[in-house]
Formats: sequence, C-alpha cells, structure tokens
Amino acid sequence: MNWVIENIPLIADRTWAHLATSIPAIILALLISIPLGWVAHRFRPVKGTLLGAAGLMYAIPSLPLFIVLPILIGTGVRDVVNVVIALTLYEIALLVRSVADGLDSVPADARNAALALGYPPLRRFFAVDLPLAGPVILAGLRVVAVSTLSLCTVGAVLGIPSLGLLFTDGFQRGILAQVVTGIVMTVVLALLADRLLVLAGRLVLPWTRPIGTGERPRARRRPSSGRLGISQAPEVRA
Amino acid sequence: MNQLLEAFAWISEPSNWTGPSGILARSGEHLGYTLLTLLIAAAIAVPIGWWVGHTGRGRGLTVALSGAARALPTLGLVTLMGLLLGIGLIAPLTAFVVLAIPSVLAGAYAGFEAIDRGVVNAARAQGFTESQILWRIEAPLGLPLLIGGLRSAALQVVATATLAAYVGAGGLGRYLFLGLKTQDYAMMLGSSLIVVALAILLELAFSAAAWLSVPTGVKVARRGAAA
Repeated sequence: MNWVIENIPLIADRTWAHLATSIPAIILALLISIPLGWVAHRFRPVKGTLLGAAGLMYAIPSLPLFIVLPILIGTGVRDVVNVVIALTLYEIALLVRSVADGLDSVPADARNAALALGYPPLRRFFAVDLPLAGPVILAGLRVVAVSTLSLCTVGAVLGIPSLGLLFTDGFQRGILAQVVTGIVMTVVLALLADRLLVLAGRLVLPWTRPIGTGERPRARRRPSSGRLGISQAPEVRA
Repeated sequence: MNQLLEAFAWISEPSNWTGPSGILARSGEHLGYTLLTLLIAAAIAVPIGWWVGHTGRGRGLTVALSGAARALPTLGLVTLMGLLLGIGLIAPLTAFVVLAIPSVLAGAYAGFEAIDRGVVNAARAQGFTESQILWRIEAPLGLPLLIGGLRSAALQVVATATLAAYVGAGGLGRYLFLGLKTQDYAMMLGSSLIVVALAILLELAFSAAAWLSVPTGVKVARRGAAA
C-alpha cells in the first residue's frame, strides 16, 4: 500500500498514457468498422471473405505485430503509433462482424417503412439502420473496449508507455506491489469502460432499456450459437 | 523493406534452425508450452464446464468469470507469477493456464447449453441414463463449441507464450527479447514472423478440427435446412 501512496504521480502518468493509447484506437476502429460492416452486410459474397480475413487478423499475436508494423508503416519500434494501429486492427477484426450482424438483424419492415416514407439512403442508414443495429454493435464494442484496455499493456515489453510499464518495471525491480497495482488498475479501467459503454448505450439507445425482467433484449438471430462470443471470435487476446 | 529482407535472411539461414537454441527447438518449446497449457486447462475446465452445462448450475458465475478474465492483462499475470514463483517454466505456465481456463470453460458449457433440450429429453424418455446422455448426446453435440473454446485458448496462449521468455523460460520469445536487447532487428522481426505463422497455422488447424467435429447427422440436417 505504501508503494501506491508514494507513487501516485507515476500511476497517474501511466494511466494517462494507457488511456491515450487505447481510446483513440477504440474510436478509430468504430469509425472504420461501420462502413466496412455495412459492405459486409450489403454484399453477401464479400462478407465471407471479409470475416475470414478478420479472423486471420485476429489470430496474429500482438507482440510480433507491434514489431512487424513499424516496417510496414515506417515508424520506430518504440513508437506508440504502432500500438494504436495494431489495437485498431484487432478491434476492426472484431467489430466488423458485430456491425454486419447488427445490420443483418434490422427488421425488413422498419427498413421498408423508412423507404416508403421517402427517407433518402444516407438518412435511412443513420436514422433507421444504424440505431436498430445499435445493441449488437454495442455488445461488440464492449468486448473490444475491455480487451483493448488489457491488451494495451503488452507494448510495455518494448518500452512503449502504458500501465504495462508497471509490470515490466515491477518485475525487474522485484516490487510485487507495483505489478499488482498495474493489474488492478488495468482491470478497473476495463470494467469502468464496460460500465460507461452500457450507460452510454442506455442514453443513445433508450429503447433497449430492460423492462421489468432485467434481461436485455437479444438481437441475435441464432441465440443457440456463440452466446459468449465463442463461435464468433476469441474472447481474449495476448 | 530492407529490414524485411534481412529478417527473411535470418529465417532462411540454416545454422539458425539447428541446435538447442535453434528455431526448431524454440518452436518446439513454444508449441509444447501451448499444448501443455491446453491439456492442463482442459483437464480443469472441461469437467467443470460440462457439469455447469449438464446441471445448469453455476451458470451466472461462469459467465461472470469469463467476462472478468477478458480484462485481465496477460503480461501482468505473467510478471506477477514470475515474481511469486520465481524464474523458470512454472510461473509462465501457471499464468497461461489461468488465462486459458475461461475460454475452455465457456466453450464446454456453451456447447452443452446450445443443444436443443428436446434432444436431451427424448434421450431421457428413451431410458438413457444421465451418463449416457452426457457421453452419447451432450459431449458429441457440444464438441464444436468446445473446440471453439479450445481454439480461443490456443491462440491466446501461442501469442502469450512469447512472453514466457520475459520471465526466463524458452520459446520463440527468446529471439524476440534477445533481438530487443542486442538491437538485432532482423532476429526480432524474423522470430515475430515465425510466431505469426505458427498462430495462423494453429488457427487453420483448429478451423479444420471444428468442421470435422460436427457430427454427420447435424451436417446432414444443416444441409437439408439450407437447401
């Protein structure tokens, strides 16, 4: 506990670096995944290829990717940009499926009604399709946010700042409290992000608020497969 | 791109492949850690997952556990175990098992849960005992999702196994950290590419296994439904 009290500025510093790496990656991935997911949803043959590629992308271990990326984009090995881009790629790999599945789950009636009311395509997408796909996208985004905030720490072995530096530094100097603090902070940030996303979802998608039972409505087509996201994608990255 | 060529030169140098710290030996260690972890994790998680799936008890706990595990940073766990258990293989292996269990557990339990209750009840009505239901109905029908869970775990461990070298064990991570220390970028990049190739091979192997594990009857039924 003493270590924590004496090192609050350090912990704050690392936490800030951690958030500054993962939050841009999450936002970037969401912005890229929406058009990509739309393409996968709209053009059937593309969907298989795109999701297959996403699956392979997700299979690539993070630490090697952090090392390979600088070659491809011309940054330094210790550049934080590598981590942001690598994290963004992993998130896209997960989110494209969520966006495509979400758009698939939009009832044809709602879409046709908007069409009949004379909504132009872009407005139909943003006012009808996207909000109705929202719950599925949000579910994907929660998984992505949690795994990103935890994955972000791996860059520390290359010296890229994040809460992960508390692990490497604590390990090298044999300070157990430092490692434990890093783990606790990472988990707390991840759970906090998850809660925040749930709350944001209730604000933005008020119709998904649970009524009575406390069970969130499921927008999945086949509730029997992959309830925990197993068949869709691996849950945790390393 | 020059660095990429140097990395390939490092990979294709025959003398880098042989010997106790050659690529072959390190890859063997790497895969060995992965398989050993999977075996231990499966031995612990499959019985529990099947029990949860069969009885429906402890479901909430299982879901909460696999959700929380997602937030657990792997590097943190590896270094924590390294400090607690000392340098060597036991520490990273323990960390990997802890990381692998939630995926396997979720796969085992979700596989059972996804089975149409009508099928289980029909078996019970025909006089199947509980253990017959488990082994002849639930285990085969739940296998594809269990393999899915093992696949997530395997991918995660094959990636994390790189970190084993950080706390003094072997595996392909050795090259990575050696390259980092000696500024030998070709070695770092070359070994990274080998880990990536290993992970993709594993992913493809598991996809094939998942497809093969679907019982013939189910495949026929699906084809019928699709036609």
